Amino acid sequence: MDIVLLSRLQFATATMFHFLFVPLTLGLSIMIAIMETRYAVTGDKIYLSMTKFWGKIFLINFGLGIVTGITLEFQFGTNWSRYSAFVGDIFGSLLAIEATAAFFLESTLIGIWIFGWRKLSPKAHAAVMWLIAGASTLSAVWIIIANSWMQHPVGYVLRNGRAELSDFSAVVFQKFAVLQFLHTISAAYIVSAFFVMGVSAYHLLKKQSITFFTRSFKIGLIFGLIFSIFTAIEGDMHGVHVSEVQPAKLAAMEAHWETARRAPLTLFAIPDEKNERNFVEFGAIPGLLSFLGYHDFNAEVKGLKDFPREERPPVLISLFSFRTMVGLGTLFILLTIIGWLRRNRLLESPLYLKAMVLSIPLPYVAIEAGWVLAEVGRQPWIVYGLMKTSDAVSPIASSQVLVSLIAFILIYGLLGITGFYLIIKNAVKNPARG
Amino acid sequence: MDLQGIWFFLWGLLWALFFMTDGFDFGIGILYPFLGKNDFEKRIMINSVGPLWNGNEVWLITAGGVTFAAFPLAYAIMFSSLYSGLMLILFALILRGVAFEFRGKIDKKIWRNFWDISIFAGSLVPAVLFGITFANIFKGLPIEQSGVSSGSFFDLLNFYGIIGGLLFLLLFLFHGSVWLAIKTDGELHERSKSTALVLWPFLLIIALCFLGASWFFTKLYDNYLANPILFFDILLTVAALFAARFFIKNDDFFKAWFSSAIVILGSVFFGIIGLYPNMLPSSINTDFSVTAYNAASSPLTLKIMLVVVIMFIPAVIAYQAWAYYIFRGKVTKEDLSYEESY
Repeated sequence: MDIVLLSRLQFATATMFHFLFVPLTLGLSIMIAIMETRYAVTGDKIYLSMTKFWGKIFLINFGLGIVTGITLEFQFGTNWSRYSAFVGDIFGSLLAIEATAAFFLESTLIGIWIFGWRKLSPKAHAAVMWLIAGASTLSAVWIIIANSWMQHPVGYVLRNGRAELSDFSAVVFQKFAVLQFLHTISAAYIVSAFFVMGVSAYHLLKKQSITFFTRSFKIGLIFGLIFSIFTAIEGDMHGVHVSEVQPAKLAAMEAHWETARRAPLTLFAIPDEKNERNFVEFGAIPGLLSFLGYHDFNAEVKGLKDFPREERPPVLISLFSFRTMVGLGTLFILLTIIGWLRRNRLLESPLYLKAMVLSIPLPYVAIEAGWVLAEVGRQPWIVYGLMKTSDAVSPIASSQVLVSLIAFILIYGLLGITGFYLIIKNAVKNPARG
Repeated sequence: MDLQGIWFFLWGLLWALFFMTDGFDFGIGILYPFLGKNDFEKRIMINSVGPLWNGNEVWLITAGGVTFAAFPLAYAIMFSSLYSGLMLILFALILRGVAFEFRGKIDKKIWRNFWDISIFAGSLVPAVLFGITFANIFKGLPIEQSGVSSGSFFDLLNFYGIIGGLLFLLLFLFHGSVWLAIKTDGELHERSKSTALVLWPFLLIIALCFLGASWFFTKLYDNYLANPILFFDILLTVAALFAARFFIKNDDFFKAWFSSAIVILGSVFFGIIGLYPNMLPSSINTDFSVTAYNAASSPLTLKIMLVVVIMFIPAVIAYQAWAYYIFRGKVTKEDLSYEESY
């Protein structure tokens, strides 16, 4: 089999699996910190049991996030050694900063939080969770900066046959990184909010620990409402910037073939990449694509045909991942607005509660789809415009990669099943029964 | 010393700190099925490293990250050449980490047995493979002019590589048994102490074998012969090894653990000093070797990373020391009654 494809599949497996756990860590850590602070300040025991209940789930999730994160840092070296040698000067230092400045802090503090209940005062213990939340966020900041550099390389010079750093602050503070970070972190808060709301809804439907889960639900609801709306507005800004710096991605995610002014947005399309057209398309809204890409109904949008064939991203995957993300994002706004309107009558809204239980997986799907769009839409480049993915792969035997890919699938499959089994087991347990 | 030279030794130091910290929890993971006679003792053992192992393992991430940042070419060649070995280490570490977390969550025999095996294998595999790997790096990998290594995983399992694997295994077993003696009392404490004393002569013999074999299989001694003052590292390491035994005999386990930590640091630095300025010597032609100079990042990146390391590593050491301080003292029954404990 083709080593580039195998290596990409392996990296996709490893990152997408890792990213099943990261978003919940980012959001739930803050919610737990809020609950624990309330306990530390007011002494209200219900907040202590909320901290413990959500904390247990958080720890299982956090552990899986950590162990699956370890492999990622080494996979650039094992599978993408040519990429590593080419970009290490910039990309490698961002990962190293993440490890020294953020990952160390969260990993050391998590041990203190788990085992330190009787060794620290309630306030100090709550502060530790705030620090864990802060360090996790900081960790995300550096990883997103590194990914943004692959999406839109800045602050470098080509020297000695590689990309060398020329302007550190240009790399760290570039617009792409800021927009992508805000988009990812707010999406992660949606995952966490829907998780907390969904699990709370399950218990509210069973009419158990009602105060406990009404309060939990409301914390999730506030997060969910704010960030569903924020993500949509911010995503629009991010989209405009992507159109500017990665026009091929925009064309691919809309299956837009011909360069045109007043370009329409098609609600549904199935692309025929070979013949450079769409098999079917309907629901074209004139000018909307121009508006989404450039905030101007008359703007010209470059079509796929104006990019050389070998520089076009896979259209079908880009198209469907974008629609999945946006469609679900719209649904999250609706669900949280309904929740806000019914916030004081949750128990009388069983249908809504049932919908919220069933909605738990949806933000996961949306956030993974977003990453698929970001990464697949960047193809055939590993560093946009600078290095092709096919030139980045390690000069090793493809049989080695095949074996490790199978091992990844088996081990991650096992971890996924046991991990989610434990998370569900703890999530459905009635906290009132201990 | 120039920037590349400073980074070379920082690179060595980070790997050495990883082995010094994660080393004792690897050791305890390997001793785990043998010293823990029942579920209670087993839980005492894993809880003795429970609050700390996570932070310890980040030294690996940092060592890897710093290799990537400061020496991208070394990172690229090292991890792609050692593909299968590294994958085995990573899978082992994943299972081990999850095992700590999951083992106590369900009280069923088959569940606990499965994770017990994962803790044992997940500690044994990295301990031995890191030893084999570093010994082979000291010896030289078959790196060609293009920077591609032609060796396979099984080529690593040569005589010198296996002595390196045994050395790391014994270093970590010893380090772990001393840590366990600090953290336990009663029978388990006695068992840990006698284990450390039984392991000691084997560690001494293997360490001496490794020093001797290095003379024949590697060029590590070239730097020592050019600057005989460097032999001090070897003397210090051997002296610390003897001190460790002395302190165990006197029931002074803290000092014994620090001595053992110095033995690990000294052993790693024995190789690092000998390698300089090579990072991955080529066994085919020394011109193809990856060195601190031909693999280094640009001076700008090295400077920025130096600032980062100088700012953050002392902070990391400070808050990790705080964590060790919070969890000082023996692991007791009371600690296990905690619902969050492992």
